[in-house]
Amino acid sequence: MIPGVFEYHRPSTITEAAGLLTRFGDDARVLAGGHSLIPMMKLRVANPEHLIDLQDVGELKGVSITSDEISIGAMVTQHELIQNDALASAVPIIREAALQIADPQVRYVGTIGGNVANGDPGNDMPGLMQCLDASYEVAGDKGTRRIAAREFYEGAFFTALADDEILTRIVIAKPQAGSGYAYEKQKRKIGDYATAAAAVIVGPGIGSIAMTNLGDTPIWSAGANDALAKGDVDGAVNAVMAAISPASDNRGPAEFKKHLAGVILRRAIERAQGRAN
Amino acid sequence: MSKMHVKMTVNGKEVEALAEPRMLLIHFLREELNITGPHIGCETTHCGACTVDLDGKSVKACTVFVAQANGANVTTVEGLVNDDGSLSVLQEMFREHHGLQCGFCTPGMITRAHRLLQENPNPSEEEVRFGMSGNLCRCTGYQNIVKAILAAAAELNAAREAAQ
Ligand SMILES: Cc1cc2nc3c(=O)[nH]c(=O)nc-3n(C[C@H](O)[C@H](O)[C@H](O)COP(=O)(O)OP(=O)(O)OC[C@H]3O[C@@H](n4cnc5c(N)ncnc54)[C@H](O)[C@@H]3O)c2cc1C
Ligand code: FES
Ligand code: FES
Repeated sequence: MIPGVFEYHRPSTITEAAGLLTRFGDDARVLAGGHSLIPMMKLRVANPEHLIDLQDVGELKGVSITSDEISIGAMVTQHELIQNDALASAVPIIREAALQIADPQVRYVGTIGGNVANGDPGNDMPGLMQCLDASYEVAGDKGTRRIAAREFYEGAFFTALADDEILTRIVIAKPQAGSGYAYEKQKRKIGDYATAAAAVIVGPGIGSIAMTNLGDTPIWSAGANDALAKGDVDGAVNAVMAAISPASDNRGPAEFKKHLAGVILRRAIERAQGRAN
Repeated sequence: MSKMHVKMTVNGKEVEALAEPRMLLIHFLREELNITGPHIGCETTHCGACTVDLDGKSVKACTVFVAQANGANVTTVEGLVNDDGSLSVLQEMFREHHGLQCGFCTPGMITRAHRLLQENPNPSEEEVRFGMSGNLCRCTGYQNIVKAILAAAAELNAAREAAQ
């Protein structure tokens, strides 16, 4: 399992990294933790000629928390998310979800930026970010812009990110006081991607749901969120069930996944409601 | 194919070599440096046999390019022995509690367990199982691996208290 040949770059600023991406265009990819990209390169599914390693770009690190907003650098690892107590008290669902991703070794290096930028429907963070209604800050040679997580995913491995853009930070509004949360994930074994997963935030007048690995992109539905905010759990579940489109694969037939999606979604809602006050 | 100059600290020693950036860290350690403690089991980031300590993190060396480790501090199971070359407490506990049978997974298990105990010197059984979940063993059924790690934690803690 030897990947193809590439030239290695290690810039230390966003500007320098964006300049390299512009210069090499389609032939270049950025490398974060490498735990999605390197496996794909070993299989030669990905063959970038230039790899731009972001590990030295300090601007992409760190978590900052203000009274109403949380900003997480793209290069923050899952391990760092879990270790951060201030983050866990501001947005506890992030720790709960991160602990269900992969295994300890993968979490030490896998980054939140790589997880959300990758576009793999199996990744857990994209659905979580849709549930939290997060935005992604991206930077390119032409400047910076913000893209809502709910509008970012276009298809499996297709996102709104342009070839020459880098995802720099993830910005989340602090969930409203009194809301409860749950991240519920069904997997075949520890370390596996989801057969189905549900992220839920619920409280008085508040409802947000997103589902993972039940279609080409993570799935959220305005109808489901409105129903949940009004306390109509059956309505919310029905709206989600109408929006998902799981495919049969080695994690099970589509019918099984649909059944499972309903079960874990109800479980997540119940657990989240138990935590709301 | 252009090679790059890589420099890193491995088990306390500075090493320098020319290598292709795409070379995997596990191949660099085993084939260039003849450090054969870390094993290649699956080569697909699942089994943990290739686990090494990279700048204080447990990582699967089959999924790291040597270029990424340029400038890093790497420790393998060979680097965990006591200064006089005798087995460390953790290594000794694996022997005493039969934490291995064929031994293939053992270097990865011990290297990972070492970092786990650095971060959490007094883990519960559940925390050990969760913290070791990136390492697979085909022989032991894990029971004795968990026992060995808990015994090492107890012994290290007792030694720490005695030293105070
Ligand atoms: C055994 C195993 C089990 C796993 N299980 C899970 C799981 O259960 N759930 C889960 O969610 N994930 C899982 N993963 C994936 C893991 O979480 C990855 O680390 C993650 O998907 C990607 O993060 P990374 O930092 O490794 O990104 P990389 O692999 O470095 O990059 C992934 C992609 O994103 C792009 N990219 C990275 N950073 C940026 C950026 N800042 N801006 C623009 N583009 C960027 C890269 O060019 C590449 O195309 C697993 C991986 C392994 C090996
Ligand atoms: S050889 Fe690296 S995880 Fe199996
Ligand atoms: S002792 Fe044989 S694989 Fe673990």
